[in-house]
Amino acid sequence: MRSNLANLLRYRGLISSLVARELKARYRGSVFGFLWSFINPLLLLIIYSFVFTTVMPNTTEGVQPYQLFMFCGILPWTWFSSSLSESANSLIAGGNLIKKVLFPAEVLPIVSVLTNMVHFFLGLPILVVFLLVYRHYPRPENLLWFPVAVAVQLLFTTALALIVSALAVHFRDIKDILSNLLTLWFFATPIIYPWFQPSVRQFHLFFDINPFTHLAVSYQEILFFNQGPVGHWKWLLGWGVGSGLLFLAGYWLFDRLRDSFAEAV
Amino acid sequence: MTPAIELTNVSKMYRKYSGKRFATLKSALLQRSILRDLQPSETFPALADVSFTVTKGSTYGVIGRNGSGKSTALKLVAGITKPTSGTVRVQGRISALIELGAGFHPEISGRENVFINGIMLGLSKREIQNRFDEIVDFAELREFIEAPVKTYSSGMYMRLGFAVAIHVDPDVLLVDEVLAVGDEGFTHKCLDKFAEFRRRNKTILLVTHSLNLVERFCDEALWLDAGRAMDHGDPKRVIGSYLTKVEEGEEQLLASTTAKAVIGAGNDAQAARHADPTTERPADPTSNMFEATEGRWGSREVEITNVTFFDKDEQPSFVFHSGEPMAIRVKLRASQPVHDFVFGVGLFNAEGVCCYGTNTYLEEMNPQHLDGDAEATFAIDSLDLVEGTYKVDVAIHKRDGFPYDYHRLLYTFRVKSRVRDVGIYRPRHRWSFSPNVTFKAPS
Repeated sequence: MRSNLANLLRYRGLISSLVARELKARYRGSVFGFLWSFINPLLLLIIYSFVFTTVMPNTTEGVQPYQLFMFCGILPWTWFSSSLSESANSLIAGGNLIKKVLFPAEVLPIVSVLTNMVHFFLGLPILVVFLLVYRHYPRPENLLWFPVAVAVQLLFTTALALIVSALAVHFRDIKDILSNLLTLWFFATPIIYPWFQPSVRQFHLFFDINPFTHLAVSYQEILFFNQGPVGHWKWLLGWGVGSGLLFLAGYWLFDRLRDSFAEAV
Repeated sequence: MTPAIELTNVSKMYRKYSGKRFATLKSALLQRSILRDLQPSETFPALADVSFTVTKGSTYGVIGRNGSGKSTALKLVAGITKPTSGTVRVQGRISALIELGAGFHPEISGRENVFINGIMLGLSKREIQNRFDEIVDFAELREFIEAPVKTYSSGMYMRLGFAVAIHVDPDVLLVDEVLAVGDEGFTHKCLDKFAEFRRRNKTILLVTHSLNLVERFCDEALWLDAGRAMDHGDPKRVIGSYLTKVEEGEEQLLASTTAKAVIGAGNDAQAARHADPTTERPADPTSNMFEATEGRWGSREVEITNVTFFDKDEQPSFVFHSGEPMAIRVKLRASQPVHDFVFGVGLFNAEGVCCYGTNTYLEEMNPQHLDGDAEATFAIDSLDLVEGTYKVDVAIHKRDGFPYDYHRLLYTFRVKSRVRDVGIYRPRHRWSFSPNVTFKAPS
């Protein structure tokens, strides 16, 4: 396992070119091309703004403008959930490579995670524009935590992606279970409602064991709440360590199942 | 001699997918059988205890029928799958021409795919940059290299895949039946490339059905059958023993299809006669000769009970070599004496073209008497047909064409030839040249 992990560094050229290929291929042939990476989150934000200011105005105290608050959580969530659902399919879709070419299989789920990370980064300028439009500026010193949150999420998502992709080869149902599970997980995470609501606080134990709670809250504190410093950093670092362990466990599982891929996909 | 590839007592089991295996995670969880079901319940050996060594710089051919484990052996050498038991050792960089263009993405251009495919096969960006022109020229795709790969024809796709894989510059090249990728010209280029590899003392492991290629190119050959190594060593000898085995198999197959055809036609004819005696088939043998549907009809006053082909050693056979003698022996039984009879034989090729047809009437033999169990033999001194599968008509009828027993295309035999000539008939021939025309001695 250790030598395989070391190999992972050797594959960075392969990983980066595959990520580039995925990004290029995704919009190849469309008129707006790469602009879609901006247009998609922009449209999403416009719709949310319309719905939550005009159709059913959300007036929860402390999270105004609400659509900005929500968007700070939804952007990283989209990265997370798309990564997992794509990873679940990645080994099966790349079956040709695994069966016919000597190819490091773990590259495939990792490419899914990284491709979606790039989409996440491309969504950020839209968020920035809206923050400027609403004159709602984050505290500059809080922004220093942003790379940390991204790093923790990357580690956490990759760990889960490895597990999901390896198991999905043997249990094809995981794809369908996963999409439902992700919907449930989305609503069980304080993304469209603030974690400090009394109705949320009373179940704080439940929310505390949800790793994505801490990621979402960290992003919200970094990008949206500008009244004080980031108070959630202990949880964030704690989950950084937890994700590291989870990554090792996920990689171990992936490595154990590796030899079965060529036959099972 | 240093070994480049070394397989020692290698076995590979594949799991058989039967209905009993869990279908879903849910059922696996409910029945608590995940661990049990992940253990192979039923396996079959794709390779059983195979050992062979390929010395560095040599070209090694693997032959065998479909499903004999050739590709599994190649995948084991490539490291794509792991052996169930035994060890596989390979020295040096491997490039496997197993599935060409396996990693191509249809939406992006040929150029981008060359880079990504090259990286997948273990080249660095710089190395690909240096070889890029060579790759594109080899694939003959210069004007299309910027187009998305999805617009390529399958030949273009394969050529590009081949070009990238061959320019990885491996120490060990694994080739799985990929020479069928292009037209004649491209195949020659591939063969030239292989020859260049040999000159540069690289090792090639070649899996192919083209025995010709093995004989011409390989220093050694291995014959696999049902996962077992049947023979290895000198290619000529290995191919010889393989062909003998193949002929035995073909014999059995032809024997069983012939038996089935005869029984089937007999039943049909019987049923037809019982149903309506007036539906006898038209009795004009010359018009029937050219419409090729198999069957059996006739009044059966004289019945053909057995038809056997004999080879040059007078052994019953279904496989013959071009130019060898062949005899068709017909056994008959006449339930009552007949005085008007004609024996006929016709040979047809697989397309239904009549290669030759004759009968005793055409050859001006005047019938006199036939009674009880009888035998007729049609002996061919030299079977001058090209390679292929042939069907035979055997008939006995009256001089006016009224059939006693007509066996239409019920018997099949195969003609084998080492020469790949074309057509139907191979006239006995030889070439001669003026002294200023010379040929190289056969290698």
